[in-house]
Amino acid sequence: MNRHLLSINDLSRADFDSLLATAEKDFLELSQRDIKKVPTLRGRTIIDLFYEKSTRTSTSFELAGKRLSADVINVKADSSSAGKGESLKDTVLTLNAYRPDIIVARHPHVGAPAFMAAHTAAHVINAGDGMGEHPTQCLLDVFSLKQAYGDLRGLRVAIVGDILHSRVARSNIAGFQKMGMQVALVAPPGLLPRRAEALGAAIFHSLDELANVEVVYLLRMQKERHEGANFVPSLREYISHFCVGRRHLREGQRVLHPGPVNRGVEIENELADSSENLILQQVEAGLAVRMAVLYRIIIDSAAVAKETSGPRLTTRV
Amino acid sequence: MSGVSVKTVVPADQLGRTIVRIAHEILERDQDISQLAVVGIYTRGAHLARRLAGLMEEFTGRDIPVGELDISLYRDDVAARGSLTIRPKLPHPELRGTHLPFGIDGKTIVLVDDVLFTGRTIRAAIDALFDYGRPARIQLAVLVDRGHRELPIRPDYVGKNLPTSQEERINVRLSEVDGEDEIVLEAVE
Repeated sequence: MNRHLLSINDLSRADFDSLLATAEKDFLELSQRDIKKVPTLRGRTIIDLFYEKSTRTSTSFELAGKRLSADVINVKADSSSAGKGESLKDTVLTLNAYRPDIIVARHPHVGAPAFMAAHTAAHVINAGDGMGEHPTQCLLDVFSLKQAYGDLRGLRVAIVGDILHSRVARSNIAGFQKMGMQVALVAPPGLLPRRAEALGAAIFHSLDELANVEVVYLLRMQKERHEGANFVPSLREYISHFCVGRRHLREGQRVLHPGPVNRGVEIENELADSSENLILQQVEAGLAVRMAVLYRIIIDSAAVAKETSGPRLTTRV
Repeated sequence: MSGVSVKTVVPADQLGRTIVRIAHEILERDQDISQLAVVGIYTRGAHLARRLAGLMEEFTGRDIPVGELDISLYRDDVAARGSLTIRPKLPHPELRGTHLPFGIDGKTIVLVDDVLFTGRTIRAAIDALFDYGRPARIQLAVLVDRGHRELPIRPDYVGKNLPTSQEERINVRLSEVDGEDEIVLEAVE
């Protein structure tokens, strides 16, 4: 693994495979034990720095660090000095003085985690940067799909909804393709990014396309990013054309959603409660995958340090 | 550059007899067989554990539970060395993971590994076991004790004592993983 995880493109296919294998073999099992803790990252410090609201990402990163025995500090922007006008750079320099090993960063602006990486000695993990990327979401989605389908090569997925504002879509289009999946984007023209064709996915404007895929990936309508512009003629019209319910699905089709769900907007109530969706499996996968990321980012940098510090006879302990 | 000499120190037939003897020794210890379980440390310890349990079932006619322990999360050298157990370059990484299909509370656990060296793996394995429950006792069975302990750990059952230098390597090869049974000594010349 690279020093930082800022984009899904920081991960090679081999990184994907080994992270998913670690998550499965080590960390899914751990969650089922009575004692859900291992000493692996004892004495390490992880700072979760969140400038945007989050439930599952911040909870799962915190729990992941704690289950690996790291010391985890949560900094929420609205209750920190950022609220007093401190610049991002000064906040990062301040936190860096505590010598954290990892900073997990969420920020409303694209590229903020990369900017932080330039001002800290810690590993930086992007936990969502505005309309940029959300690489650990992609990993957990791929993990959930592998659990459900096994081999992902040739599997067809439709990503449906507010693609324009979705960092999840941006990471997942690249990540799904890296796993050999075929990606279709289904959205009204106003919710597609400009030059969406360049992402390498087929583009459709109707839920009819769901008939041609195995997996339906629903995105949250990001109303908070719609202010001051009309991306859809009206929410009611969007719902009438793009809200997905069980009637749009066929036997065996599975539905994913990164959460939080807007019931009645992108997903019908009944579907949100049905066993056809993998939403809670995704949440469980998120914990295992984030443990794997924290573990591997530390392990791999230690391995690199060893390689560069000269030869040593490797004997088995 | 100097070469590496490889010498077979224990051939297949002798290795088989050694495992049979360890199985007998475990049973001879006057233990309550109903509380006995065998737990092998990945990779070769797990295969040895399966063989030992199989033999003990044969000798006693009783079921002996077998488990497997992956200690990579319990190693004491995570920072110093990086993981030796994860090989990211493999296209399909080996799926391992701890598998203990029985409760270990109150059991006599015979921990099994192929080579006992510094003792750090065993320390990690004991720590890992305690996260799954409270065994009545833990005993240690190893195929080879090569010395150079760095911790106060001693085996209860030893297949063969092989005094070695730090530079030498002992490789236990098992038919399940390596296609054949033998113990070889590798030395830099």
